[in-house]
Amino acid sequence: MIKLEHVGKTYTDGTEAVKDLTMEIKQGEFCIFLGPSGCGKTTSMKMINRLISPTSGKIYINGIDTMKLDQNELRQGIGYAIQSIGLFPHRTVAENIATVPTLLKWPKEKKRKRAEELLDLVGMDPKTFIDRYPSELSGGQQQRIGVARSLGADPPILLMDEPFGAIDPITRSKLQDEFLKIQAKIKKTIAFVTHDLNEAIKMGDRIVLMRQGELVQYADPATLLSSPRNEFVRNFIGADRVLKGLRLLKAKDVMEEPPLTVKVGEDPMQVKARMDRENLRWSMLTEDGGHFLGWITCDDLEAAKPIREVVIPPTVTATPNTPLNEALSMIFNSAIGTLAILNDQEQLVGVVSFGIIRESIGQDFDSDTPMIST
Amino acid sequence: MEVWQYINSHWPLIGHWTVQHLWLVLVSNVMAGGLGLGIGIFISGEGRDEVADTTLYLAEMLMTVPSLALFGLLMPLLYAIGLPSIGALPAVIALVLYGQLPVLRNTYIAIKGVEPAMIEAARGMGMSKRQILRTVKLPLAVPVIMAGLRQAVVMNIGVAAIAVFIGAGGLGVPIFRGLRNSRMDMIITGAVFVSLLALIVDGLLAIMEKLMTPRGIRR
Repeated sequence: MIKLEHVGKTYTDGTEAVKDLTMEIKQGEFCIFLGPSGCGKTTSMKMINRLISPTSGKIYINGIDTMKLDQNELRQGIGYAIQSIGLFPHRTVAENIATVPTLLKWPKEKKRKRAEELLDLVGMDPKTFIDRYPSELSGGQQQRIGVARSLGADPPILLMDEPFGAIDPITRSKLQDEFLKIQAKIKKTIAFVTHDLNEAIKMGDRIVLMRQGELVQYADPATLLSSPRNEFVRNFIGADRVLKGLRLLKAKDVMEEPPLTVKVGEDPMQVKARMDRENLRWSMLTEDGGHFLGWITCDDLEAAKPIREVVIPPTVTATPNTPLNEALSMIFNSAIGTLAILNDQEQLVGVVSFGIIRESIGQDFDSDTPMIST
Repeated sequence: MEVWQYINSHWPLIGHWTVQHLWLVLVSNVMAGGLGLGIGIFISGEGRDEVADTTLYLAEMLMTVPSLALFGLLMPLLYAIGLPSIGALPAVIALVLYGQLPVLRNTYIAIKGVEPAMIEAARGMGMSKRQILRTVKLPLAVPVIMAGLRQAVVMNIGVAAIAVFIGAGGLGVPIFRGLRNSRMDMIITGAVFVSLLALIVDGLLAIMEKLMTPRGIRR
């Protein structure tokens, strides 16, 4: 879809912003340009729509040399969203979203309809917002409009320059989640610049890690975390790369069957005997229909007490889609050191413990992170 | 009381001077506005920073020349090239020269002041330079440009009163005659009408400024 061949950018003062960059972004791929300030990631992205012209090499979009196209037509066919948003304050939300459609001379009704569609897509009520001005919106809402505007004429490619960079962490995380959902629907080819590793891991299908104008590693997030190519990548990712890698996995990817589940009506002494026999510290209590009630420990079981009275209710539970980094954090908070995984109907479907996580990701990471046996 | 009597008995003449005065200022400021806007847009273009500095410097120098001296300088100049050296022409030329600076300076500042992020977004979406100027920069610059125009008009209503010395007429006439004949009533009448004219025109331009400012950036 987008192909860069030996692309370089040298400024007249001799600075080499990008050196001999060769890479390809496939159709529908979410590609992240990542790296420290001044690594050439933004320059690389801006060369795709020729906001910066390369001084060497070629860039092809669908096999066509971009230098052979009219630069404005090229840009009208590529969505563009930036950190500082740059909404036009003298234009309404509808007019802002329809910026490119206006350049393409779409009829009025079509533009209006498109603006409504896109407001829906970014989770803003068209009736409320379509005729507002940017100054009447919050920062998060403005950024949503920025994204909607970049999708105005439904371009196959999106360029995004730290679009969520200037937003508070909570809103940012929400916008990231929403945007991932949008991308799952619209499947655009995206070049996304960020210096935030966590954002890159969360959002990207593939990550281009750059340093001083050169591509250091181009890989999917899991590979980048598990097999950093060199010292720079290792340092950039940080010593906690295993923890960062956890967010790529979900509870359902690693969860195991509960060792022993007990029904509400069972006899406490029989349960105790069984737990002793199987050498289990705890078992899990469910009622009819599989609803999880809590944990039972061996010591609490007494003949005279119904099993229901000795149960320890769970402090936290997770869903199959909980990312493992969150799951791990919950494990530290749970009384029993194990996390119950419940589905939408609150039924027990599995458990995740520290040991289970360690085992399942251990083999993915190379040997510089020694696993301490327990 | 004398002033009132004078106004009462001379209102057709005062009306004539007022219209003459207003006409002089309007004609000059329409030209000055166009000139200031054009030059302002030109010097705010990419890579013209040095031209801009020089232009603004020259324009400001021009403002420091006292109006009476400017009229005096224009007379032999126009005479030399065979144009009328007294009357409306030198007055209009002087008023245009004075009136363009506030518009020029404000146009330049307003266009340069448009948030770079907005320009980048506009370029990134495929707007041409012309489209960016016409649909982004200029609409956003309207309030500041209009403020410059108002300043120019108000200033020129004052300067035009001096144009009487080169025979351009206007509300300078009663002031000039009053000075020569020690007629306080005439001086005050001229001064009051110049001030009133300035206030009224400024008010009208303020309304125009408001109407021309795009809704999204109105305060």
